[in-house]
Amino acid sequence: MEKKIYLDNAATTKTRPEVVEAMLPYFTEKFGNPSSIYEFASQNKKAVDEARGIIAKALGAEISEIYFTGGGTESDNWALKATADAYASKGNHIITSKIEHHAILHTCEYLEKHGYEVTYVDVNENGIIKLDQLKKAIRPTTILISIMFANNEIGTIQPIKEIGQIAKEHNILFHTDAVQAFGQLPIDVNEMGIDLLSASAHKLHGPKGIGCLYIRKGAKLRSLIHGGAQERQRRAGTENVPGIVGFGKAVEIALETMEERKEKQIQLRERLIKRVMAEVPYTRVNGDRMKRLPNNVNFSFQFIEGESLLIMLDMNNICASSGSACTSGSLDPSHVLLAIGLPHEIAHGSLRITLSDENTEEEIDYTVDKIKEIVNKLRQMSPLYEDYLRGSRQK
Amino acid sequence: MYTEKVMDHFSNPRNMGEIENASGVGTVGNAKCGDIMRMYLDIDENGVIKDCKFKTFGCGAAVATSSMATELVKGKTVQEALQVTNKTVMEALDGLPPVKVHCSLLAEEAIHAALWDYAEKNNIKIEGLSKPKEDIHEEEKEPEY
Repeated sequence: MEKKIYLDNAATTKTRPEVVEAMLPYFTEKFGNPSSIYEFASQNKKAVDEARGIIAKALGAEISEIYFTGGGTESDNWALKATADAYASKGNHIITSKIEHHAILHTCEYLEKHGYEVTYVDVNENGIIKLDQLKKAIRPTTILISIMFANNEIGTIQPIKEIGQIAKEHNILFHTDAVQAFGQLPIDVNEMGIDLLSASAHKLHGPKGIGCLYIRKGAKLRSLIHGGAQERQRRAGTENVPGIVGFGKAVEIALETMEERKEKQIQLRERLIKRVMAEVPYTRVNGDRMKRLPNNVNFSFQFIEGESLLIMLDMNNICASSGSACTSGSLDPSHVLLAIGLPHEIAHGSLRITLSDENTEEEIDYTVDKIKEIVNKLRQMSPLYEDYLRGSRQK
Repeated sequence: MYTEKVMDHFSNPRNMGEIENASGVGTVGNAKCGDIMRMYLDIDENGVIKDCKFKTFGCGAAVATSSMATELVKGKTVQEALQVTNKTVMEALDGLPPVKVHCSLLAEEAIHAALWDYAEKNNIKIEGLSKPKEDIHEEEKEPEY
């Protein structure tokens, strides 16, 4: 196929044309700083608050509870570090899971180096958090539970409401990294008992470099970025007005189209899974089959390595991603795939495909044909496959 | 990320396959780290490598280094093949990204392991060849955050 087939929407998404259009004036004639006194600039404050209102509504939150940040990673860092700081007199214990994004895991490791204690709760074979283990991990010194809404690699959706309830019963703050879920799944912070929530614009067809943190009214939280009085004195720095406006527009469209996108993506997802499982032997689907993001598929192909597969897909104009070690620059494969119990060699042979509403059946069919061809080629090259065949011949 | 030569050897690997009744076979690496390389050597009575084939489970660089290594040792004597180091393989490929240097080490080890197997089968000693390491990754360290 001449055209590029983009199947890596969990990495980032294409900014929608309507979003770009909404942003453009804020680069040109409406360039003013929202904190300035004169009319043309102070109007930008309205634009910022309009976007804030859209996002607040999307989460069932108050407008004053949304704080713009530089993206999902900053939101995660802020939620963890500042809670740890603000509640240090209450305790020094944080509970999270083994399958969080590195923005959470590496921040937890940083906090551990600074005297905090972190429990990393296990997940089951489908990537769903073990609630009994989570409950048992709670101590009198626990100040925060941080569990992602939906996993970025295997798409598993966590029992957020139940976790929110557990946190509330024990009077512990509950943070969720909803970077992959926001815009794809309905979220209500009150109904789900969420106190802090991270979101990012570029995962939902908005621009890069802009995100937000929802902070429940009453939650103590220190600043992470110090300076001016922006964002109710909690997050300093001149507002990224075009980014914020784009974020608002992207969320507005995401909410309007959520149901129809969900339906289309699930249909494509199931077609992809059905064909690959039928046509490529020694393959498994990672993650929960039902409690799963509508756009996520994660396969493991036995006897092959993921990076080779990705490069060959790229040669055929297909963009996807992998939990292979080689793509991350470390020798260990994805911590998520290891946490759901995959042996190393199978975790190395994984492929993540994440759809958008722009993908077509034709693209999916072409991709399946190519996967089939490439996996077969790589298996012919694999000493593991050779050993496997020899072993089954001897049996 | 990869040079043209690496991409060429990855997409059109030379000497991929098996040799029946090979003079020496060596397998190195482990699945845990995501790469396993197997080299087959066909060595004649004069100690010349007549044929060399490989099979590799691994990333693009692992496939390319195996392919290049087979080309570099083919037609050489056992002693000459010993001179093919990971550096030779890397240079022949116009370089590798830093995180992939271990793949070229794997290629060197795979040749040595196959030569070791050949020496053991024929009860000979090859000057300068030592027993291959069990795990070539044992000395590598994970980066710190």
